[in-house]
Amino acid sequence: MLEVRAVEAAYGPFLALSGVTLTARPGEIVALLGPNGAGKTTLIRCITGLLRPRAGAIRWEGAPLAGVPAHAIVERGIAVVPEGRRLFGAMTVEENLELGAFAPRARARRTARLEYVYTIFPVLRERRRQVARALSGGQQQMVAIGRALMAGPTLLILDEPSLGLAPRIVESILDVLREINRSGVSILLVEQNVQAALTLSHRAYLLEAGRVAGEGSAAVLLEDPRVRRAYLGPLAP
Amino acid sequence: MSSFLQQLVLGLLLGGLYGLAAAGLSLVFGVLKVLNVAHGQLIMLGGYGAFWLFALRGLDPFASLAVVIPAALVAGVILYWALFGWVVRAPEETRVKNSLLVGFGLALALEAAAVRLFTADERSITTGYAGAVLSVGGLAVPVVRLASLALALLLIGGLHLALARWRWGRAIRATAEDWEAALLTGIDVRRAYLLAFALGTALAGAAGTLVSVGYSISPSIGLEWTLKALIVVVLAGLGSMLGTFVGGLVLGLAEAVSAAAFGGPYREVVGLVIFFVVLVARPRGLFVR
Repeated sequence: MLEVRAVEAAYGPFLALSGVTLTARPGEIVALLGPNGAGKTTLIRCITGLLRPRAGAIRWEGAPLAGVPAHAIVERGIAVVPEGRRLFGAMTVEENLELGAFAPRARARRTARLEYVYTIFPVLRERRRQVARALSGGQQQMVAIGRALMAGPTLLILDEPSLGLAPRIVESILDVLREINRSGVSILLVEQNVQAALTLSHRAYLLEAGRVAGEGSAAVLLEDPRVRRAYLGPLAP
Repeated sequence: MSSFLQQLVLGLLLGGLYGLAAAGLSLVFGVLKVLNVAHGQLIMLGGYGAFWLFALRGLDPFASLAVVIPAALVAGVILYWALFGWVVRAPEETRVKNSLLVGFGLALALEAAAVRLFTADERSITTGYAGAVLSVGGLAVPVVRLASLALALLLIGGLHLALARWRWGRAIRATAEDWEAALLTGIDVRRAYLLAFALGTALAGAAGTLVSVGYSISPSIGLEWTLKALIVVVLAGLGSMLGTFVGGLVLGLAEAVSAAAFGGPYREVVGLVIFFVVLVARPRGLFVR
């Protein structure tokens, strides 16, 4: 279980997060919504250890993550699909996936995990010898998700997985996320596509200007007039 | 005509060492985003290592690779801990700048230390087989230099395989491409930096050994080798060790051609012209897609 408590983070003098508190419980899908610049990616950078919070605490399975290097956080069970996918473009699909299981614990089970990734994304098995940058955007996103799954995470964080993808591809990726969640993996989802995110998730947080502006169950937020006006537009059904 | 071909052969043989010298620089630059301008001085020290092993112990220079390479590997680890490990803590944009300062300082210190310890005399290793020549269709191929080229190719091939297949080799490539993504996939990026730097230093040691046997060394050769390596890195681009080796061969050949066409003094000019033309026309290097 992930607990973010009163986290403050800054880039130089610019305060990006001020007192953000949120939790993700085992088995949950939690959505993190908010406009550009609200601090969503900053929060993810804090959780994954790329950015040290200036104040506050992040705890994972009861232990504080402060001082744990980013590569060790992966080994503790938090894997991230970064914004823009960040694949190793010059390497093959399979090399990308195998690098996902780099940590010793994940490495021991990499054959089984690779089989699992190829089962949920059969197209990657066909493309496994191709260099990652030759793939379509949707396929690259599958590699990015597959690479994160190779670490055997208990929490999967996705930063804008639908960005730049055709609606049909987004649909199938959301289906896969649902399936991954059913296998026992918690998901923290940052998404611009609010409608899709709220349909998929159990709970959601609204982030605005570095603060939590609202939270609640996804079903309730989906009907909340404020949310509908701000994110779904006046013509939303 | 045959003297021209002879020059080409010698250029090619020298080019193999350019390639080996550049491989280490390229690996360090590509992975750490740090330009180690003291790379040539590391080559120089590797040459002295082989020279003294030969002079004091009578160790064959090719056999001394088995001592020099591990010693250089250890020296690389120490240099990383003492100096370059601090440079990579800086954001990527300031790394090159900081590494230039650290590198030039290191280069001066190593060169001064070498003058002090070994005197400024030019040295080379003269083995019993130093003068052996292979005659191929009227061309004279010095055996020692041919063996050096073969060893350089072997080392580059080994490095290529290690980067392709070894677990940490892949981690090094991933770190070179996107260190943040590497970190997020669970790779200890600092360790990848350390390994890449130590490997780069080991390659410098190997190159120095081969320079001291086929050519000559003195405390002041460092800058020249750094420049040759830099030209090859620009020529070949980052990311492929085999490409770097080919780049070295191209520079060796180009130097030989220009020396034959315009005379010896112009030998050094062609490298800089290549450097300039590639930077303007194809800044990512010839062998990078």
